[in-house]
Parts: sequence; C-alpha cells; structure tokens
Amino acid sequence: MSLPNPAELISQMAIDLNAHLNKRGIQEPRFIGIRTGGVWVAQALLEALNIQSPLGTLDVSFYRDDFSQNGLHPQVRPSELPFEIEGQHLVLIDDVLMSGRTIRAALNELFDYGRPASVTLVSLLDLNAADLPIRPNVTGATLSLAPNERVKLSGPTPLTLELQDLSTDSAAL
Amino acid sequence: MTPLDAKRPLQLNHQGQLQHFLSLDGLPRELLTEILDTADSFLEVGARAVKKVPLLRGKTVCNVFFENSTRTRTTFELAAQRLSADVITLNVSTSSTSKGETLFDTLRNLEAMAADMFVVRHGDSGAAHFIAEHVSPQVAIINGGDGRHAHPTQGMLDMLTIRRHKGNFENLSVAIVGDILHSRVARSNMIALKALGCPDIRVVAPKTLLPVGVEQYGVKVYTDLTEGLKDVDVVIMLRLQRERMSGGLLPSEGEFYRLFGLTTARLAGAKPDAIVMHPGPINRGVEIESAVADGPHSVILNQVTYGIAVRMAVLSMAMSGQTAQRQFEQEIAQ
Repeated sequence: MSLPNPAELISQMAIDLNAHLNKRGIQEPRFIGIRTGGVWVAQALLEALNIQSPLGTLDVSFYRDDFSQNGLHPQVRPSELPFEIEGQHLVLIDDVLMSGRTIRAALNELFDYGRPASVTLVSLLDLNAADLPIRPNVTGATLSLAPNERVKLSGPTPLTLELQDLSTDSAAL
Repeated sequence: MTPLDAKRPLQLNHQGQLQHFLSLDGLPRELLTEILDTADSFLEVGARAVKKVPLLRGKTVCNVFFENSTRTRTTFELAAQRLSADVITLNVSTSSTSKGETLFDTLRNLEAMAADMFVVRHGDSGAAHFIAEHVSPQVAIINGGDGRHAHPTQGMLDMLTIRRHKGNFENLSVAIVGDILHSRVARSNMIALKALGCPDIRVVAPKTLLPVGVEQYGVKVYTDLTEGLKDVDVVIMLRLQRERMSGGLLPSEGEFYRLFGLTTARLAGAKPDAIVMHPGPINRGVEIESAVADGPHSVILNQVTYGIAVRMAVLSMAMSGQTAQRQFEQEIAQ
C-alpha cells in the first residue's frame, strides 16, 4: 500500500480546517498538539495557515486507560498549555486516529484545566478503527489497514509516513 | 521472583524497571534520571487547578509508619491521592505493635485489606527490604525511611531540587553537613550524587558523627565547616538526630552549633549562588541559623513541593513495574 505525502495532506487540511472554523463561527481558536506526532502536524498546520498563535502541547501518558496493561510511558514530559482552556474554542491535533483512546485521554486531561467552549478534532490520518465514538472533524486521509499493520509518522521536518508490520517488525512493538 | 533471575536485585523487575523502591544503592544513572524526568512532569500537574491524574485509579496505597513522620507521611498521602489511588495511613507505632504483634503479622493483616502498595517507614535498617522479600508478589513496597539505612525518596527529591536549581550534576560541589552517622538521608544522597556524576561530594561533621569507612561512598571528609563549605554550589544540612543519640557523641548542642551550625557568615564561604537544603524538620539554632533557613539561598520549602512530585513518580513507576512483571510471569507460566 502506498502512503500519502503528509505535506500534501497538510495543505488540504488547512483549507478544510479554515472552512470548518468559519462554518462554526469560531474566531481565535487555541491550537493544541498531542505529543509527539500531533505536535509536528500542528506546527505544520499553523505554518500552512500562517497563524502565529502559541501552540499548546499535551502529553496524555498520565491519562491513558492502558496503564494497568502497559504501565507508564518511560518518556513522559510535562504538558504545556500557554493559554486558558476555560471558555476557549480548542483545535486538538493528533497524527494518527485509530481506537480513539488517545483522544479520550486528551479530552480528560483538557477538562482538568478548564471547561472549553468547543473542541475541534484534527487528525492527519484516520484509520477508522473507531473502538470509541470519536471521529475527526478534519482529517488528511482515511486508510484501512490490515490488523497487523501500523502507520508511523516521523518528523518534524520533513514529515514522512512509514508502514510497519507488527508480525515481522519487533521494533514496532 | 522467578528462578530465572535469582541475581536480579529485589527492587527491579525482569526489564530493569522499578517494582519496589527500597534503596538507591545499585540503581543505574538512567533509572535515577528517569525518576527525575517523570517527577518533572508531575510537578507540572501540581501547578494545575485540578492537581490530579487518573493513573492509579482503583489502586490502594497503604502508608505504614512504624516511626513518626509528618512531612514524609503527608507528602506520600498527597502523592497517592493526586494519582487517584485510595489511601490509608496506619501509624503502627501507636497501634498493635505496642500490643506485641510482630512485623510479619501486621503485614499479613494489611495484605488482607488488598493493598496494592505499601509505603513503609520503620526504625530498623533493612525493614523495607525484609517486607519486600516476604510480601505477596503483586504488592509493591516503597521505603519511606528505614533506620539509619536509606531514605530513597528523600534522596531523589534532593536530587530533583539540585537539578532544578543547578541544571545538572557534572560540575557541582555538594557539601552534606551535620549528623552523617545517624542519617539515612546522607547515605541516600551520597549514593545518588555519585550515581548521577557529581564530581565533588563532601561530608562535613565532627569525627564522632561520621560513620566508619564513609570514604567508600566516594566522598571527601571534612571536620572543619569553613573548609568544607569553600566554593560549594549546594549545602545539604542534616537534622541533629537527638532521638538516635546514645550519649557521649557530642559535648552539647551549643558546642555543635558553634562549630557546625550553618550561619550567614559561614555560608559566605560558599559560591554566591549556592543553595541551602534541609530534609526537615529543622532545628533552628542547633544546625541552622534562622536567617539562613528563611534567607534567599534556602530552597527548603521547594524541597517539600518537589517531594510530592518525586513520590508520585516513584509510586507510579513501581506500580507500572509490578504490572509488567506479573504479565511476564503469566506469559512464562503459559
């Protein structure tokens, strides 16, 4: 399977996101990237949109629901939100949306900072697994993968996508 | 422990992650750094409006204190609560042991309450290790101070304090001053500083308050405070442990203060940006002058704040390591 070029996806996503925000009448949204891939996508999007506003970063390790299976991520870093969450319109950005568990964790964390007016979900890729009822408002591409396949984003410049086979590639585990 | 890894230290699981936290002795620098990095992230949580994360939701943490403590006990309680665990605290010094119950029986009873983790403080050196050896396999043991042996979370919170104020350990001179002999904090700090690459670790104390063979920790010994403080970046004062003194070690507290008390004048010999630390509780006018304890160099209250973050890091990492170890053992059994 050939994977799309993230740079091309980003320019279309910028257009779609603008349209979405206009339609909803949202002005001055706050941008938040989910560490690590989501932060890269968010930076690229802000550049494509020519927006200078500060970017928040979220590390959802403390909020994941798989702690009792997988334990604590060894490289957890502080979340940094250089703006208020209370009453704000947020744009939450991730690289790959699969089960929706990361987004659930991210929403839980965001609500510990305050009560946002709205959250728009942007994801570079949508793998459409939809274990949870969480869908992106804006996405670059929708892919269907075999159960043993995963997509990995490398970055920040250039952003590249790579297909990994869990059955042969132990490093992907 | 499985027979596969009989030589593995008790506090590490098969992947080298913490599954208990008993002592800093033998822990690699990478693991100590991981604890500090994780604690840094928890410090950010402590600065939020909602100071709580759901990491240990549904877990029960039992603080078992066979010895008095205020700071350690309350910060462990807060740490566990901020991780969303259920927390109970038992001051065993005032309960059944005074009625003759053995350490072993107390433990069995606590296990029956289905605790996932015990934080243990005990007056006997090696108590936490003993408990970790005998507790049911899924329970994590955290040492909250055992006799004169170790106080590893205090050691790590001191390291976090130093790293946050000084950036790294590579070029630092650190003086540990006071009652080294009775101090588990001093022991944990010497081990941690060495492991983290601090090149100049000094202990400053009267000969009677220095343990025999303290040089084995890779420290320089000073019996003169002015000399010991010369150009240091960090001064760690220790509490004079009067309750552990079995007599004859000191002529008097006044004499100790005159020779080893940290005063503004004495501190002037250290670097101008030196920080002053103390594990608390401080004895004003015994080991430290009030003007120093409350002065611009003092980071004593920051240490308390960092202590919560370090304890959150250790609690979550040990719980995480226990989980991984149980999964590994299940896979082997299958």
